[in-house]
Amino acid sequence: MHERMVEARCLEERLIRMQRGGDGYFWIGGPGEEAFNVALGLLAKKGQGLDHDYLHLHYRSSATLLAMGADPVDALRQMKSVATDPYSGGRNFCGHYSKREWNVAPITSPIEVQYATAIGTAIAQKRAGGEGITIVQGGDAGTAEGDFASCLVWASRPGFELPMLIIVTNNGWGISTPGHEQHGEQRIADRGKAFGMRTATIDGNDAESAYRGLEEAMRYVRRERKPFLLEAYVSRLYGHSSSSGSNYVETEFDCVTEIEKKLVARHLRTSDECDSLRAEYEQFLLEAAKTVSLEPKPEPASVWEHVFTDRDIVGEGARKVPHDNRLWKAPACSFPTTKASKSGSAS
Amino acid sequence: MATMVQAVRLALHVGETKLGVTDIFGEDVGPPLGGVFTATQGLRTAWNSPLDERGIVGAAMGLAMAGQKPVAEIQFCDYAFNTIDLLKLAGNTLWSSNGDWNVPLVLMTPVGAGIHGSLYHSHSLDAQATRIPGWKIVMPSNPRDAYGLMLSAIQDPNPVMVLIPKALMRVKAAGPDEMIPGEPEDPRALGKMIDAPIGQREGWEPEWPETALEFVPIGAAKTVRRGEHVTVVTYGRMVGVAKRAADVLSREDIDVELIDLRSLHPYDWPAIAESVARTGRAVFVNEDTEITNFGEHLIRRCVEELWDSLRAPPILEAGKHLPGVGLAEPLEAATIPGLGSVTDAIRRCVRQPDRRVGNSRPRRDFAFTWTGEAPVGPFDAYERAFRHR
Repeated sequence: MHERMVEARCLEERLIRMQRGGDGYFWIGGPGEEAFNVALGLLAKKGQGLDHDYLHLHYRSSATLLAMGADPVDALRQMKSVATDPYSGGRNFCGHYSKREWNVAPITSPIEVQYATAIGTAIAQKRAGGEGITIVQGGDAGTAEGDFASCLVWASRPGFELPMLIIVTNNGWGISTPGHEQHGEQRIADRGKAFGMRTATIDGNDAESAYRGLEEAMRYVRRERKPFLLEAYVSRLYGHSSSSGSNYVETEFDCVTEIEKKLVARHLRTSDECDSLRAEYEQFLLEAAKTVSLEPKPEPASVWEHVFTDRDIVGEGARKVPHDNRLWKAPACSFPTTKASKSGSAS
Repeated sequence: MATMVQAVRLALHVGETKLGVTDIFGEDVGPPLGGVFTATQGLRTAWNSPLDERGIVGAAMGLAMAGQKPVAEIQFCDYAFNTIDLLKLAGNTLWSSNGDWNVPLVLMTPVGAGIHGSLYHSHSLDAQATRIPGWKIVMPSNPRDAYGLMLSAIQDPNPVMVLIPKALMRVKAAGPDEMIPGEPEDPRALGKMIDAPIGQREGWEPEWPETALEFVPIGAAKTVRRGEHVTVVTYGRMVGVAKRAADVLSREDIDVELIDLRSLHPYDWPAIAESVARTGRAVFVNEDTEITNFGEHLIRRCVEELWDSLRAPPILEAGKHLPGVGLAEPLEAATIPGLGSVTDAIRRCVRQPDRRVGNSRPRRDFAFTWTGEAPVGPFDAYERAFRHR
């Protein structure tokens, strides 16, 4: 876990340098979230189709992708917007991953839409049964948007609760606005309680509690086929994006230095080993960035590609699990306005 | 002889039994109601969603991405406006992921005026919809096209919007060519088979007729009427209005050629261009508000590409650019094109003096003669990429 966290941090720092050096137009990413995001990537059931986990992530999810086994050089390609960028072919910002082979839905710049699209993969997985779940992740600021409320409502429909792990990584900021100025709720996770959802708030900066918290939440969703709202406190170590300067914020808790302190204290790694691991990744990514900068830019005429397709890419070989309303049993109504519930409460 | 709403229902039934549709859902779409227009009555895969349009579009996207085949409904297109962000997402997912994920979903929604629907049940979506690239958009004008376009929409691997003119929902086929192959000729017989009884519906099961898999290809217009004086290009409810206008004008010796576009994107430019080049006059008719209207785009192409052939300036007859459609009949009539205004617009176009008379030589487009190269229009790449014929 430590190694993936270091790799992810080095990747983000290399991306920041590329952007500053003119090798990219914009940087946004997740330095400070490595403990939580690496744990998420390690625990996700990786693969394609309903029996694996669908991941509806956001633009701070590099560490999750690396933990799943993504090549960090591909992230550099997206930053450089070269034709070899496997996630968007030079069309999208860095950190906007897409990998159908691993059920990673395309990451988008709006901060909330993934909470709406995740509903659909979870419905299909509810009907399919099995162990595959839908994981959706966004930041605390995005929970002000209506799609987050949509997600809570659709995930908890009586009798059709969705196997969905709803994650909010709370870094306390919405761009430059402190969260406490805009949100009156004590904990975002508490919003799930009104929907009868299991919830938890964990310290996402601590690798062990992040891993354990995610493991427990995932186990519940996988087995019970019901939603879980998990809020994780994380840091935002380089600000919102390159638009806010992308400078290291000394006052924020740094999960990488913290895990290294623990590893050294427990004699699992020496301080020198930690330093040389970081130096190795830094050197590798520096060299890789140089190579990537020589790769070709996309052809202008390629803008016309992939507007439409003649082939149902996602449908080929997919197991279809149609809804059947003959099997649907409506749950008993518990609203106080119905005659049945009134007489029920009287008795 | 099916109505348009029965045609949609028949197509959805074929969709769920033969074309892999897994979900037909939206507000009041499932039992017991089966849709406010009854378009989804008796369908096995139909279910009710929360009253949440963004959730509906999001769920449809997710279902599609999970390899399912959803048909989602927005109850009235007036309520689709808060989903435009998600419609953009559905339209850009294939492109942004460089071909990694397609989104094979159908979104159907009733559009337009004509049912005294006031501000929030009269709106059109065509202008907005054509501004969301990555979607195919169709709008039928009769039951047979509604059936065939819906089948094509279901079979298409891209997001497809089926805009259904709500005023035509209860309108029967005008004749045998608008009938669905395989449906009973007697409308009462069809009603008995597939319309749920009013009131107690417990235990009711529809008896579906065996209808043919007859697809209407997306991107193919239909020339409804041949004529030589003027080309009228329209779609949806305005096709019937334009037909009646053509009948009125035939008594004045004005011979109208009428094109039912059927697909708004990709649209059948060759059909429009061939006709307009021949008649030299064009009127575009639709219900949406007139400023930044889809018909304006078609006029632009006529001017840019068919300038030499045009005898008169093309005309747009569309809804007035007003914040709403008023409830009172005179207000609605003053806002949305009707028989009178469409007839006037065509007459006006035909009465314009022929600008080609006196020009012995057709004028050349100076931009093309400058370069000395083969003419390349701004829509050449568009035509190459999106003509699915």
